[in-house]
Amino acid sequence: MKSTSATPETAAAQVLPFVRQYAVLILLVALFVTLSVSTSSFLTLTNLINILNQNAPLAIIAVAGTLVVICGGFDLSTGAIFSVAGVVAAWVAVRLGSPVLGLLSAPAVGAILGLINGLSITRLKIHSFLATLASSLVYGGLAVLITGGFLISVGDGSFTALGRGGVGPVYYAVLILGAFALVSGFLLNYTTFGRYVLSVGGNPEAAELSGIRVDRVKLYTFLYSGLAAGIAAAIGVSRIGSGQPQAGNGLQLLAIAAVILGGTSIYGGIGAIWRSVCGVYLLALIDNGFDILNANPFFKDLTTGVVILAAVALSATRRGR
Amino acid sequence: MTAEPAVSVRNLSKRFGSTQALSAVTLSFARGEVHGLVGENGAGKSTLGKMIGGLYHQDTGDLDVFGKRVRRWDIKRAQDAGVVLIAQELCLVPALTVAQNVFLGRERRTFGVLHSGLERRYRELERICRFGLPPDVPVDRLSIADQQKVEIMRALARDARVIVMDEPTSSLTADETARLHDIIGWLKSRGTTIIYVTHFLEDVLAHCDRVTVMRDGRLIRTADTGRETKASLVEAMLGEPADMLLPERPPAPGARTAPLVEMSDVHSGERVRGVSLTVRPGEIVGLAGLVGSGRTEIARVLFGCEPADSGRIAFRGEEVRAASARASIARGMAMIPEDRRAQGLVLMRPLFENVTLPHLGGFSRMGVLGRRAERAAVGELIERLGVRPRQVDGDISVYSGGNQQKVLFAKWLLGRPEFLILDEPTRGVDVGAKARIYQLIVDIATAGTGVLLISSELEEVVGLSHRVYLVRQGSLIGEVAAAETSVEVLLQRLFGVGDTPTTSTPSGNGEDQ
Repeated sequence: MKSTSATPETAAAQVLPFVRQYAVLILLVALFVTLSVSTSSFLTLTNLINILNQNAPLAIIAVAGTLVVICGGFDLSTGAIFSVAGVVAAWVAVRLGSPVLGLLSAPAVGAILGLINGLSITRLKIHSFLATLASSLVYGGLAVLITGGFLISVGDGSFTALGRGGVGPVYYAVLILGAFALVSGFLLNYTTFGRYVLSVGGNPEAAELSGIRVDRVKLYTFLYSGLAAGIAAAIGVSRIGSGQPQAGNGLQLLAIAAVILGGTSIYGGIGAIWRSVCGVYLLALIDNGFDILNANPFFKDLTTGVVILAAVALSATRRGR
Repeated sequence: MTAEPAVSVRNLSKRFGSTQALSAVTLSFARGEVHGLVGENGAGKSTLGKMIGGLYHQDTGDLDVFGKRVRRWDIKRAQDAGVVLIAQELCLVPALTVAQNVFLGRERRTFGVLHSGLERRYRELERICRFGLPPDVPVDRLSIADQQKVEIMRALARDARVIVMDEPTSSLTADETARLHDIIGWLKSRGTTIIYVTHFLEDVLAHCDRVTVMRDGRLIRTADTGRETKASLVEAMLGEPADMLLPERPPAPGARTAPLVEMSDVHSGERVRGVSLTVRPGEIVGLAGLVGSGRTEIARVLFGCEPADSGRIAFRGEEVRAASARASIARGMAMIPEDRRAQGLVLMRPLFENVTLPHLGGFSRMGVLGRRAERAAVGELIERLGVRPRQVDGDISVYSGGNQQKVLFAKWLLGRPEFLILDEPTRGVDVGAKARIYQLIVDIATAGTGVLLISSELEEVVGLSHRVYLVRQGSLIGEVAAAETSVEVLLQRLFGVGDTPTTSTPSGNGEDQ
């Protein structure tokens, strides 16, 4: 006989979703205002545009990562996919002499590597955490193998147009992020696929018993995450003009941290795209603030860590049913 | 026997949600006695056992162990006091070996460093038990029955003075059951108290000193086993028939109507052994059995979420191959599973999403959802089913059990299934919602849907079904027309009253007089 008691903590149950939903936005605004007031160099168009532009690739990865986490998974290989896709883009651009083909190859490589992740998780029944931890080592090794450990510099100047150019003051990277976030938000909220992602993450068994192909839904989220890392890599490699095998190191953890900061539950079933984007820029403002204030960088990691810990703790409180 | 009992409880009560699992039970267990606890499903016998073993904590009432009132009681404290619970759901560490599990938490150590000699201690224990288990094999490679034996050895290794056994023989063979009873005898001779929770009345009569009958969370009576018979025990379990407010059955389909669903000699694992059954359109067919008899497993195989090892399943006369839940739903089948929170609902999603989940194809064009149509359809349906609160995007995690269940009915009614499996549809549901659900089931069948009804409440099975299959240990042991039977008859057959040891059903319970 199972307990079916209703949760008595009604007050907490009402406040919690609100905090979960808007905490990241409130923090972001508060930090924005604080930095604007306390320093003169923060609230300048150049600084703001730079922050937006620099973090756009990470935000693209976090946007797709949101779908993965909502579906109950983790993708720890996005950093490595970013590296491989960037390196391949540079290699193709140099070998074929076509910057366009080079940049287009990055999303393609990302999608393929994401598909491989998805297949190994669903076919071999490995937990996504482990599967992508392992694949990130494989992919990282692949990136080093392709370059032989060196940089692949792309001589053709048009290769950097994507990363450095823009429409007026707005960089292409930011436009791509905007479009990608909108498409992803639409997918999540207005399509059957999005509904499947939410249900599979919320209760895989109930989803299975409702006739949903749970494995296929999971697989698509990892494919999507790989695609996003590939798009981010195209921007990244174009910005620096060379393929570097270590370029994506650590990106995967920042992306997951941003998703969690945005209140997406690590237990799946709940989350929103825009909040993950806020999460990315909250991390970016903390980073930028420390630079501007010339503060001890030790406190930077410490602060970031504490903020993430608080976000995870908040996410975990939901668990007690 | 000393005057002071090993364990005594006074006015013990426990509530789970809307269900009163135990109400004001007062009972003592003497030292060195083997005491049987019997009752129907949900009578509260397991709850009482788990409370004594420290797994549950009572809402009100007192628990005394060896004369001492216990306050903060949990599994660890219980074990320290010599009270060990062998739960039905085994709790072994899968990756550790048999010997390591047996001595888990009882390792001899100096400053945290383990002593050798596990093998020797294990051999001593094995001399008593003679289970013949290999000590160095990880327990996850053992069968359930063997894991059960590890649990028993573990209790012995703890020098338990009181052992609560919750259905210890449910997965043992006749031979193993006999050996368990030998061990119980040996433990008794050493002064150990055994609290023996079981469905097997013959075992209770043969091996217990006293037996307590429970019903609806209340203690009915305690007596020396010599003064009881199977029939007297069943009678005590039954009690007064409750007011069920059962609606009129829909008319039965003609006997010549072609079956909608047909299982022929289907086997699956250890829990489904040679099951053959049919359900016709518009017919309500009950599966009656005790908890753990394989009812749910039969339903899961039929629905395609467990594979069948052999046998044939046909739907509308066509053999079902490559079964899966998805394929079953596409054919027009639906299942409301046993555990609505764990298997039925996506609790963190709003009500309407739960209802439309299997039918999103009908509410979308090119994968894009038409949310207005979706919400309108759900709104109409929950109005018709009387879901309260009637909010299309309500938070179902806080809905009452009955309303959650209605939401699950709405989920499948939206697709107009031809065949509906209901596994414990009224578990943990209040009386009003029950009546509503009964009416729903009848309406569904009247509209021509075939229904397979599983319930621990036999009144419900008898009152709603046209035909009832009796399930015991994974096999169907009989089929009766519900109108010509009673709860009492069903219960007697399920408990094996009237079986003689020589013509016993293909069960594995030990008959060793």
